[in-house]
Amino acid sequence: MTHVITQPAPSSAPPSAGPRSKRAWRPILIGWSFILPNFVGFALFTLIPMLAAFALAFLDWDSYSTPEWVGLKNFQRLLSDENFHVALRNTLFYAAGHIPLTLIVALGLAMALNRKIRGVQFFRTAAFFPYITSLVAVAVVWNMLFNPTAGPINQALEAIGIAHPPRWVASTDWAMPAVIVTSVWRDMGYYMVLYLAGLQTIPNEYYEAARVDGANAWQRFWSVTLPCLRPTTFFVLVMLTIQSFKVLDLIVVMTDGGPGRSTLVLAQLVYREGITEGHFGYSSAIALVLFVIVLTVTVVQFRLNERRSA
Amino acid sequence: MATLHDAPPATAGPPRDLPAGADRPGRGLVRKVLAYALLVVVAALVLVPFAWMLSSSLKRDNEVFTIPIEWIPREFRWSNFVEIWDRIPLLTYLGNSAFLSVTITLLQLLTGSFAAYGFSKVRFPGRDALFLAYIGTIAVPWQAYMVPQYIMMQRAELTNTYWSIILLQAFGAFGVFLMRQYYMSIPDELCEAARIDGLSEYGIYRRIMLPLSKPALASLALLTFVNTWNDYMGPFIYLTSNELWTVQLGLRSFIGQYDAEYAMMMTGAALSILPILAVFLFGQRYFIRGIATSGLKG
Repeated sequence: MTHVITQPAPSSAPPSAGPRSKRAWRPILIGWSFILPNFVGFALFTLIPMLAAFALAFLDWDSYSTPEWVGLKNFQRLLSDENFHVALRNTLFYAAGHIPLTLIVALGLAMALNRKIRGVQFFRTAAFFPYITSLVAVAVVWNMLFNPTAGPINQALEAIGIAHPPRWVASTDWAMPAVIVTSVWRDMGYYMVLYLAGLQTIPNEYYEAARVDGANAWQRFWSVTLPCLRPTTFFVLVMLTIQSFKVLDLIVVMTDGGPGRSTLVLAQLVYREGITEGHFGYSSAIALVLFVIVLTVTVVQFRLNERRSA
Repeated sequence: MATLHDAPPATAGPPRDLPAGADRPGRGLVRKVLAYALLVVVAALVLVPFAWMLSSSLKRDNEVFTIPIEWIPREFRWSNFVEIWDRIPLLTYLGNSAFLSVTITLLQLLTGSFAAYGFSKVRFPGRDALFLAYIGTIAVPWQAYMVPQYIMMQRAELTNTYWSIILLQAFGAFGVFLMRQYYMSIPDELCEAARIDGLSEYGIYRRIMLPLSKPALASLALLTFVNTWNDYMGPFIYLTSNELWTVQLGLRSFIGQYDAEYAMMMTGAALSILPILAVFLFGQRYFIRGIATSGLKG
């Protein structure tokens, strides 16, 4: 993404007609005529709601009342809202599990599948398929796999000698790990594809040179593969972060925030307060906090990335 | 089966993976066996949930959870796949999903590629700032503006109609981004030559860019189709009438209504991913290209 934003336009000087001449307007009109059909929809249904969300956070507005400007009151309310604290903690927990696990699994898969052996295409296809499988189907199947008594996972655990395996989705401590496992399984294929694309840009000569220098497989991984994959890892990290903090649909279908509040996340609280309860102002304040968290983490990642590549 | 091996190798040198330890005979074979063993384990982990889904969909409810597990049903109940059509209006749901997915995909392709041409091949002041706004919105969590969108749709009395879903999903920034990434890789000289030959900008888009960007269009089409087909929150929020529901909502309702009917649930789940499986096997190279393109960096 950085590429797109910072890419210098190779010949950005406008055709050197007089600045006020009629001809200067032509590219503007033509350019906009291309963009307009999409832009109208984009502005109306994405851009304006986005801007409105900012304003809404400073209003006291329920679905039935008239909007009233209340400044930071909604945010003050957050400080004492137990649900918000729980949701914030759960969201961080989910991100702390989902981001590193998905990254490691995706990289491992890509390394394992980036070789010329018979049937590798089949394995790549298999690893990728969960990503495009319907989320509801995924959620229901994993709920059954995690069934505390007769589910395959606990039967397997008991078979290897764990007498009292976790009760997973039925337990307040283990529901979130179950959700994390499911989401890693679902997302790994997507990031594996990104890593495969990254691995294929590494010139083979680097590995040959490392071999000549006597580097073993592990050393080659550390000193050639990982450094060369840095741009990919950065992109994966940013995408995973954004994705993790806005997790919602998987949780709605798998646990609906339960048991208790053990899997309630920020996005779900936004949904509950805003659309179920009709507390538009308060809900938008939570959404704004969510947005600021994502933005902060992403900006920090960009900064660290710049510093390391400098 | 088409391959997932899609990104062009960076160097056209010798084969990427020289057999490791080729200098010492015998080690190559051991490595190969280890690699296969690893792959089989991974594949099993990935495929077990699907196996469970299929196996359960062919059982009776009381046979789904057994100790020990029976991965192969004692008796294959194919009748589940017949019965489910009477249990829930599955045909309606499938039709609704198809309608939404096709409509949204077409609109995305049309307006997305058109806008991408403006963003990549026409130079005008303010263009890059505008594109930055597009890109910026991709990073904003959708939940942040979910509520204003909902209020808008409510005020326009479009909730519980397909209009709400179509309007909210058909003009996504992602399509513009993906198509622009592809157009940037087409040399400007090509457009210049066409301009000199007297082709208008619209002519260049129609006669040159569109035909050249078929792979990118296919990627975008598949990604959009699958995303819309699998979308849960959109229909969940906006569609309240049963006859408007998509397959995803239909499945979910099934879970609530018949809590114990695990076999039926798995039958529905299996049926709901069949169209995706078909689309995927048909166009997986384009999926991969689309995803790899979205991860392109300079």
